[in-house]
Amino acid sequence: MESKDYLKDISDIKNMMNKSSRFISLSGLSGILAGVYAIIGAAIAYWLVTTSERGYLILDGTIFRICVFILLMVALCSVVTGIILTTKKAKKQGAKIWDATSRRLVFNFLIPLVAGGLYILIILGQGKYGHTGGLMLIFYGLALVNASKYSIGDIKYLGFIQIILGLIAGTFPGYGFWLWVLGFGIMHIFYGTWMHFKYDK
Amino acid sequence: MSIITNINKAFDHRIRLGIMSILMVNEYADFNMLKDLLGATDGNLASHTKALEKAEYIKVEKQFIGRKPNTRYSTTALGKAEFKKHIEALEKLINKQ
Repeated sequence: MESKDYLKDISDIKNMMNKSSRFISLSGLSGILAGVYAIIGAAIAYWLVTTSERGYLILDGTIFRICVFILLMVALCSVVTGIILTTKKAKKQGAKIWDATSRRLVFNFLIPLVAGGLYILIILGQGKYGHTGGLMLIFYGLALVNASKYSIGDIKYLGFIQIILGLIAGTFPGYGFWLWVLGFGIMHIFYGTWMHFKYDK
Repeated sequence: MSIITNINKAFDHRIRLGIMSILMVNEYADFNMLKDLLGATDGNLASHTKALEKAEYIKVEKQFIGRKPNTRYSTTALGKAEFKKHIEALEKLINKQ
């Protein structure tokens, strides 16, 4: 028995795990970019709100509508970037992007996310927007933890961090904005960089 | 104690290693998914899944999706534990040399 064969065994195992598990294909770079979009979006919203006449956010103003629009654009850009980069990476590895694994991953990711999104819309409709940041973090974290069952499982930790940040935001609603920036912006960049060096290198 | 004892003969084949690797990171996989990923023939894959099933390392569920028969594979707790041991043994062997 030679160690060369064992080395090949190990690389085969790693290769199969990567190929069959979709999230590994999600490039670290898309995480970094999602974080950058979130920070840019948050910076614009912050500038708009602080330079407005009131200096704070109210529900039925133009600024609020612009903020919601920014939020949607951040989400849209992140998803589109993720899809483009992941497709590119999957092609390079000769893997299929849309198969049973990725369908399961997306479906399980969307359950908490859609439920949370609807809930946030409902309470926004009732004029309670103080906890929006925290709720977004919590539901996004739950979505990540739920999706992690269908992949190698590193996103689980990102999920836990988002949930914790969300709970902190619930305790101190005044810091919701900054915790949102920390969770969606900085944590994404941090995590994306980590993934990039761990798997893409 | 020799570390060779942890090298599991049941995993000593490329296809079997592949099946276990896929099932370690996926809750389940069906026959066609395994076939696509491993590039194995039907007969070849069937004999290897049967061997792993016999050792009780994987679980096989047969069901129908519409009218099509569908076979789903997943690891058992025993299979997971044995596979982990096997990988650790492989790593130790490599590090030793």
